[in-house]
Amino acid sequence: MLEINKLSVKYDNIRVLHYISMQIRKGEMVALIGANGAGKTTVLRTISGLLKAESGEILFEGKDITKMSSHNIVASGIVHVPEGRQIFTKMTIEENLKLGAYLQRDKSVIKRNFEKVFSLFPILKQRLHQQAGTLSGGEQQMLAIGRALLGNPKLLLLDEPSMGLSPIMTQQVFSVLESLKKEGITMLLVEQNAYEALEISDRAYILETGNITLEGRSSDLIQDPNVKKAYLGGD
Amino acid sequence: MDGFIYFLIQTVNGLKLGSVYAIVAVGYSMVYGILRLINFAHGDIMTVGVYTILVLMTAFGVPLWITVLLSVVIAIVVGLATERIAYRPLRTAGEEATLISSLAVSIFLQNLIMMLFSPQRRAFHLPEYLSRLHTIGFIKLSTMNIITFAAVFIILIVLSLVIKKTRIGMAMRACSDNLNASKLMGININAVIVTAFAIGSGLAALSGLMLAGEYKTIDPLMGFVPGLKAFCAAVLGGIGSLSGAVLGGFILGIAEMLFAGLMPTDLTAYRDAFVFVLLILVLLVRPYGILGSKEGGRS
Repeated sequence: MLEINKLSVKYDNIRVLHYISMQIRKGEMVALIGANGAGKTTVLRTISGLLKAESGEILFEGKDITKMSSHNIVASGIVHVPEGRQIFTKMTIEENLKLGAYLQRDKSVIKRNFEKVFSLFPILKQRLHQQAGTLSGGEQQMLAIGRALLGNPKLLLLDEPSMGLSPIMTQQVFSVLESLKKEGITMLLVEQNAYEALEISDRAYILETGNITLEGRSSDLIQDPNVKKAYLGGD
Repeated sequence: MDGFIYFLIQTVNGLKLGSVYAIVAVGYSMVYGILRLINFAHGDIMTVGVYTILVLMTAFGVPLWITVLLSVVIAIVVGLATERIAYRPLRTAGEEATLISSLAVSIFLQNLIMMLFSPQRRAFHLPEYLSRLHTIGFIKLSTMNIITFAAVFIILIVLSLVIKKTRIGMAMRACSDNLNASKLMGININAVIVTAFAIGSGLAALSGLMLAGEYKTIDPLMGFVPGLKAFCAAVLGGIGSLSGAVLGGFILGIAEMLFAGLMPTDLTAYRDAFVFVLLILVLLVRPYGILGSKEGGRS
């Protein structure tokens, strides 16, 4: 579904991604794991068009999206839940969700997605007319995910959804991801919380200073001694 | 009693001036809200509009309402051209770069108009039916003044409906709240920016007509100071907030006219300084403006 070939990205003249290649198949949940500053967020921002590639290509459903602008990438079905949630703090919960459906024309699809989001996150329904900036961190993350679901994603990009959340909230977010996975939504999950990410995902890539150093089935990686040592706090 | 009447008259004059500031400030605030651009050339777009009206009316004898329409169109074209040429290429370069670029645009437009029309001050006469005076109590208002008040009222209502209720309005609010997140919602931010510039430039042209009709003279630099004051009005009210811009515009207009009218004559030359001092004083107490809040900044 998504194919990244020899992608390199420069940031302020420093190359932060070195010719990386990745594939995500339809219905798959792929985790991208790495330390702070390894370039995980850069991968997501380049896929969604916020950053421009230096070289290489990104294909989505066979179509080259490398040079497309963000709004066209969203229109083609890639929806990005950015790092730090980036909700519209001055607008209401309802407006945030409506903005998620900005490109959706089919009223019945929008309605169905609204209901889906409300059943996943009942708290959002209760606070529909409240300013989004008044929500707690965990609620803001739910809003960010809910907003993305209203965009009817074929591929969902998730950037550190557990960042800054309490352990309980983190569990809640991961259980939501689990149910999205059951629904068959294709996902690329960037996480520092490596153990959780490997537990939930089908496959994973390990990113180290802009290079993919390891890839494989998550259930294998979770047993890999090197991965254990570097990312899972084991020995 | 005379003193009170005089006070009232000056207040009405302040409302006239304030409505002009309000209209310019709304456009200013809109563009600032989305791009964080302090557009020094905004006032000069007003001048472009006024000179368009002058040329069409005096040289070609086109009826006023058509010239007004055309001046709005030309102001929009010039406003969009400045965005495309002077601001968009600098979008990622930081706020200082676009600020300086806007000063360059301002100087360029002023000098272009001087070259085309000479730097001299010119008379600007509205048709007789518009400058006819009506006496309401102690207050004299021209037909133009009454139309202006009504126009300001209608423009502000329509604009706030557009911003609250329409798709593009919601996109504009989203962009002003969080530009990057707006891109991720699938909003074409260039289209939103172009819309904001178009609305701002069109409103600037209309306010130019109001100002020229009031002062009856025009010159190539006439837009710059009102532009600055409109910016002050937007900051005073709370930049990024539409109602703040309107409130700031009226406060500034009334304060300026009261100062000009009530202070001894040798001080009235300082009315511009007074406006800027007022801005500083308000900002000392309320750093985000009267209706602004810390939340008003981009999250």
